[in-house]
Amino acid sequence: MIEIRNVYKSFGPLEVLKGVNLSVEKGEVVSVIGGSGSGKSTLLTCINGLEPINSGTILVDGVEVHAKTTDLNLLRRKIGIVFQQFNAFPHLTVLENVTLAPRKVLGMSKAAAEEIAVKQLTHVGLADKLSVYPGRLSGGQQQRMAIARALAMSPAYVLFDEVTSALDPQLVGEVLDTLKLLANEGMTMICVTHEMSFARDVSDRVAFFHKGVLAEIAPPDQFFSAPQHPETREFLSNIR
Amino acid sequence: MFNYTFQWRQALQKLPLLLDGALVTLQIALMSMAMGIVFAVILAVARNSRSTLVSAPATAWVEVSRNTPALFQIYMAHFGLGSFGIHLSPYIALLAGITFNNAGYLAETFRGALRAIPGTQLRAARSLGMPSLQAFRLVIMPQMFRIAFLPTTNQMVWAILMTSLGVTVGMNSDLAGVTQDINVRSFRTFEIFAIAAVIYYLIAKAVTLGARLMAARLFRY
Ligand SMILES: Nc1ncnc2c1ncn2[C@@H]1O[C@H](COP(=O)(O)OP(=O)(O)O)[C@@H](O)[C@H]1O
Ligand SMILES: [Mg+2]
Repeated sequence: MIEIRNVYKSFGPLEVLKGVNLSVEKGEVVSVIGGSGSGKSTLLTCINGLEPINSGTILVDGVEVHAKTTDLNLLRRKIGIVFQQFNAFPHLTVLENVTLAPRKVLGMSKAAAEEIAVKQLTHVGLADKLSVYPGRLSGGQQQRMAIARALAMSPAYVLFDEVTSALDPQLVGEVLDTLKLLANEGMTMICVTHEMSFARDVSDRVAFFHKGVLAEIAPPDQFFSAPQHPETREFLSNIR
Repeated sequence: MFNYTFQWRQALQKLPLLLDGALVTLQIALMSMAMGIVFAVILAVARNSRSTLVSAPATAWVEVSRNTPALFQIYMAHFGLGSFGIHLSPYIALLAGITFNNAGYLAETFRGALRAIPGTQLRAARSLGMPSLQAFRLVIMPQMFRIAFLPTTNQMVWAILMTSLGVTVGMNSDLAGVTQDINVRSFRTFEIFAIAAVIYYLIAKAVTLGARLMAARLFRY
């Protein structure tokens, strides 16, 4: 379970998170929507401890992410994150990209890591690209590889940060399908997204990030048909 | 006009000696590069440190090595340290001087290369649970070496040529040292130096060519 309690976070004078609260249960899929530059990416990178916070607490399975005594490297093994910009490692083949962390971080043998990697890459439809370098892949393929790379660590949670935003429109579908597949398998996910139909169809709850807080969190039916907050209503009417 | 008769045959008899010297030259250049690269990686990272205690000495090293003559750097390693009671043989002093120089130049090359790698690469690696050193070693450094490969090759050629400065601290076993020795004994100055120059040229060309082949094998992405 991920528990975000009253989290504040600033970059210098710029306060980005102003008391964020959110709990995500095991197996739940939560979509986060909101304007760009509002702090959604920041929130995700706070959850895996890439960014420090100013106050509040974030607990992952009861472990306080920003406590001094927390071993972040250990904690990150169970929190996968997939970024908007793919971040494929260009000097490694697709297979090496995916086996790197299982081998070097988890200490798996090459054979064991490759077995897992092939399984994950097959899952995302890249079984025929194992020995290809990422530079040869389309954006959608790179992003699916990044998803396989995160999943190869067998994380308990996966955070998706606008994973389709950098893709050409015709490639969005293949990545969203991969996400749907994961959601149906019961993966616990927080998805920052601009894809409203995805948020509606796949999420257990949808959250609206506005002015540094999650202004509204509700199941998709309610969120889209009867939003409580005027800001949510305005946001939704603007994107339609 | 001039009464110097070329005696190539006599000079060419010295070829085995010169080739032995070439081997020493290559050895020093290779070792100075290997050590220079290690120091340069450390310097490049140290220069980016937020702590002045770490970045200042690194900056000083880079500044001095790039803005003073290589000859002085080798001189300092031999005679300069000698005045502090640290006596380095000509061989070691030459090696130290060139290593110092290599490290300084390569540090700047590497620092530029590091800047060209998106910061998101490190974030992605850290997100997979890699400690910072491991992330640097496995994800950042290989990309850095690729970007810096050509300038590093140039430095290797420069290191080979710099070894000739060793004669000024009494180095007599490298190509320049051997050449000088033969010269003072035989006075076949032109022939000997011409042959030595050709050997330097061939080594330098071989290094460049070898590097190109290595790059093709190493960097397939
Ligand atoms: N490392 C950083 N240093 C300074 N400002 C940052 C940094 N990262 C993000 N910001 C700023 O924080 C705000 C929120 O950014 P971000 O979390 O990326 O927003 P979103 O993902 O919602 O588009 C933006 O104004 C951005 O410019
Ligand atoms: Mg963002």
